Amino acid sequence: MTATFDLWKFTKSVLFYALVVFIVVVSVFPFYYAILTSLKSGTDLFRITYWPTSFDLGNYASVLNQGSFPRNLLNSVFVSAVTVIGALFIAVTASFALSRVRFRGRGLLLMTILAVSMFPQMAVLAGLFEVIRALGIYNTPWALIFSYTIFTLPFTVWVLTTFMRELPVEIEEAAIVDGASPWVIITRVFLPLMWPALVTTGLLAFIAAWNEFLFALTFTSSNDTRTVPVAIALLSGGSQFEIPWGIIMAASVIVTVPLVVLVLIFQRKIVSGLTAGGVKG
Amino acid sequence: MATEALAPPAAGAGPRIKSELTQQRLRAARWFLVPMLIALAVVAGWPLLRSIWFSFTDASLNNLYGAEWIGFGNYLRWQVLESGTVRWRGLLVDGAWWNAVWNTVRFAFTSVFFETIFGMIVALVLNAEFRGRGIVRAAILIPWAIPTIVSAKMWAWMLNDQFGILNDLGMRLGLLSQKVAWTAQAETAMTAVLVVDIWKTTPFMALLILAGLQMIPKDIYEAADIDGVHPVKQFFRITLPLVRPALMVAIIFRLLDALRIFDLIYVLTPNSVATKTMSVLARENLFDFDNFAYGSAQSTLLFLLIAVLTMLYIWLGKVRFDGGDR
Repeated sequence: MTATFDLWKFTKSVLFYALVVFIVVVSVFPFYYAILTSLKSGTDLFRITYWPTSFDLGNYASVLNQGSFPRNLLNSVFVSAVTVIGALFIAVTASFALSRVRFRGRGLLLMTILAVSMFPQMAVLAGLFEVIRALGIYNTPWALIFSYTIFTLPFTVWVLTTFMRELPVEIEEAAIVDGASPWVIITRVFLPLMWPALVTTGLLAFIAAWNEFLFALTFTSSNDTRTVPVAIALLSGGSQFEIPWGIIMAASVIVTVPLVVLVLIFQRKIVSGLTAGGVKG
Repeated sequence: MATEALAPPAAGAGPRIKSELTQQRLRAARWFLVPMLIALAVVAGWPLLRSIWFSFTDASLNNLYGAEWIGFGNYLRWQVLESGTVRWRGLLVDGAWWNAVWNTVRFAFTSVFFETIFGMIVALVLNAEFRGRGIVRAAILIPWAIPTIVSAKMWAWMLNDQFGILNDLGMRLGLLSQKVAWTAQAETAMTAVLVVDIWKTTPFMALLILAGLQMIPKDIYEAADIDGVHPVKQFFRITLPLVRPALMVAIIFRLLDALRIFDLIYVLTPNSVATKTMSVLARENLFDFDNFAYGSAQSTLLFLLIAVLTMLYIWLGKVRFDGGDR
């Protein structure tokens, strides 16, 4: 009796761990395989192997030395950083108003903000193109910084609103009794408490801007103004049938490693930020 | 709750002061909201209106300002031929458009369906206590963190017909009898896109469901265990109903995201009619084929379709975006 019981328990835990291993392998394998491919060159590329066989940094050297890829990396960093800083700047005051002050139409406004963040970006593409042409910023990083606001701003406002809503009333009361104005309350009372939330939100918005493709493809038109996702998508060899897989994989790894490192460092914060933006809204 | 207006300041502050304070806060709130409202109006509101307006004109890429109003012509118009037969033209009778609508809807529902199931499985695993849980959680964040374009390229390489590792693996395991051109063939292109999308977005689903699972009090399960309720029954009678609010919100988020898909399909299966979605088709018309007005009509219809679907979902599913905690 006890023997069969143990056997059942044993089988169960073996199956469970098999599932765990399967989940991990499926999640990690494509990235692992990209790294493995990026370290191969020449005909090695076309020999399918499951384990690392060569360590050749040639692909990395050619991605970083030839063409405009380094420039594209800088563009991506600049565009994402400026977009995020701008969005956070506007979002802090807006989310104070949305979370701590009661006014008519607040619920409606919040739903509108949520709707904008879930918007199909295709719906505004034509109009946005016109605005960007009119502002004279077509094919510059500013076109992307401008258009990315459509998803970074609603997202940051929403997450910061959920965060501020949970701060206790008492911390504000003392300041109000002392006669502090709302602006002073934000800068002196809330901002110091909000650093963790700002870092999380900023990081998530940064990742979204870094990964954006549709606007970057549409609003830039030369090699020097592109961001990395577009550059990678358009990387091609001499002919249609000669795709430089080694170089594409090296570029992919370069773009992804910083993100993966950031995500692993800020794991807990990111999970809580995602769920604040998701489950609670 | 903290969302309520502040309680009136303690003793000593009369009603006059309180209302003055409220007034001051309201005024400040208005000013605090202005930058955001202006920004959203400029990047979202106005462009949306202009896109809709373009859809009723004959605008072209090089002649945005000379566009003239042509009413519903981009959507539906007819021509009476000399023989007396009526020819219908426009978006509403365009086969390519309806093909794209069908592709989009099919893609969105299939991918969200599988993501929900796999996301639930991963969430249940992560909700159990076992050694190495941290590693699993870190591992599933990797697909989420990889840019969509990069994952499209990684998978394009893995799915390559000649040198792809998946064909090799399939042949070794005896699952495939010959190498398959996954992304190039019309029959398998959609499957390829679905696989990549499910791989990429299941982690997001899993994390949202996990957050819902962690809100369920543990003692409910203890009570059920004492009563000898089978784990499978526990799942359907306790877990599923209690996680439902979180699940419904996660599903609508993913569904909206899937309905606007562009990048993955643009990169993984370019020019394939079998996977071309509304967004891909609309962009093609706007910027590649110089059918600016027609493309605007497509993006307007895409917007309407998604808006209607969302409202139906929220209404039928009684979704509450505050996670049901208020």
